[in-house]
Amino acid sequence: MATPSTSANLGAAFAPMSARRVLIFGGIALIVGGMLFGDLFAVFVLHQNGGQTGEALLAASRAVAMGNPLAVKESFAQIGGLLEDHGTKVDTHVHMTDAGYLALLLALLQPYVALSTKSKRQLAWLFVAGGVLLPTGIFLIHYVGLAYSFSSVIGWASVLADSAGTLLILVLIVEAWGLWKYLREKVPVCEPELPPDRSWERRVLLSGGSLLILLGFLHGAWYAAVDLYEHEARETRILNSILDSATDGQGGSTMAVADYGSLAAERAVKIAAHSHLIEFGLLAILLSFVQSYVYLADAWKRRWVIVLLAGSLLLPVFVLLELKMGLLAGGMADLGGLMVIAALMAMLVGVLRQTGSLDATNGVRP
Amino acid sequence: MSPARKILVVGGLALAAFGMLYGLHYALFVEHQTLDGMGGSLTNAFVHAAERDIPQSHVAVDAYSRRKYVYVRQVDVHSHWIGLAMLLIVFGVVFDRVAFAERTRVLIAIALLVGSILFPLGVLLQASIRGPIPSALAITGSALVIVSLLFTTWGFVRQDG
Repeated sequence: MATPSTSANLGAAFAPMSARRVLIFGGIALIVGGMLFGDLFAVFVLHQNGGQTGEALLAASRAVAMGNPLAVKESFAQIGGLLEDHGTKVDTHVHMTDAGYLALLLALLQPYVALSTKSKRQLAWLFVAGGVLLPTGIFLIHYVGLAYSFSSVIGWASVLADSAGTLLILVLIVEAWGLWKYLREKVPVCEPELPPDRSWERRVLLSGGSLLILLGFLHGAWYAAVDLYEHEARETRILNSILDSATDGQGGSTMAVADYGSLAAERAVKIAAHSHLIEFGLLAILLSFVQSYVYLADAWKRRWVIVLLAGSLLLPVFVLLELKMGLLAGGMADLGGLMVIAALMAMLVGVLRQTGSLDATNGVRP
Repeated sequence: MSPARKILVVGGLALAAFGMLYGLHYALFVEHQTLDGMGGSLTNAFVHAAERDIPQSHVAVDAYSRRKYVYVRQVDVHSHWIGLAMLLIVFGVVFDRVAFAERTRVLIAIALLVGSILFPLGVLLQASIRGPIPSALAITGSALVIVSLLFTTWGFVRQDG
């Protein structure tokens, strides 16, 4: 097993309850939480929600065929609720993981933020609190709605989410001001920089992460050039087709509604593959910086790096294949997500062991 | 901190703050109204069809499509500005490991920053300005990001070797 890194530099760079420690723990925990939420959403909500939306759209087209505007409105009220349910859950997943990425980023920048240690620690706690409250508020939007609200448009859950978002922005602005002070006044680095690390794990995560981001961008550019406008035009065609079929009395709207569902699925998997490739690439690069804090045997550190990168590629590739391979590909994509979560948890455990070791060496009381 | 790293870190932080402010403004003042408008147009399309007013039904579908076109781009801008900002900051921390001369690194950093600003800006302008200029901006911006990413990845791999 690798010896715990007990150099003075590592200990000073990862002092107990320092801003960096709070941000690294908080960041990884937020990313794990966001990814777990995303995996649970994909398994238990996504497909069921899509199926219910399709059924509601079919009911709306039948109401059109029967010439019943009231039933149309009821169906669309149901579709609105389903879309809000879907949208807020996707946003919860995205905002929780993104807040985690930002927390890890801020942890890397701490040596260059010219503020007092106490201020940096308070900012770190505020950022993690905002990172938890923002997705919590977004998640609650669908359930709280406009209950007891002061507004006819925005409910209390939205207020919570917007307030947490404002908190994150304020923390970011103060951190940027600290960075500006450092750059302008040319003060020495305020705390030890990250220990220099040329390990295999760090190099592979850096190169692999950059490659994943590049793949994600190329895929996104391909999607924008080839699919985006075609999808938009096809959606309009299909909607007109649903309405025409429903009113001509020949009963072709079921097929058109199925086409609409297929289009929604095609669009969703292509966007999900694009965004997950880039997010996992970013995650790999961010995790390359914390490898010196991961107190695990070298062989296990390498294994978890490979598991993370393999899962990062497996998920988007099989998400894309879902249209051709169906549930099998969906299962493989979920497995990819679980591999990333497992690797993240293992690294988090490694960081926890490192802090325990450092604190014990330095005689820090729990 | 080297000039290339400064460009990436300061540019990234500014872009992240700007992207978040845009997102906050959008969530408070635009999104709910846009979503209501989209939902309303689609409902109207079906209601008109149920009333056998087919021309009005198609008009409502077109209105829905236009609103969705704008909505998709406005949301994409928010997520792409923040995503690219995070990428800039991350690269800013580690850019000294990109195995090129500092002058080349500065050029890559500038290309990455300019591309990160232009690409979402072009997408945003697509929602409000007709013609080829917004698309040209978006394509130029994304090309700058992709080419500078290629060089960055190559620089990391060279460092590894």
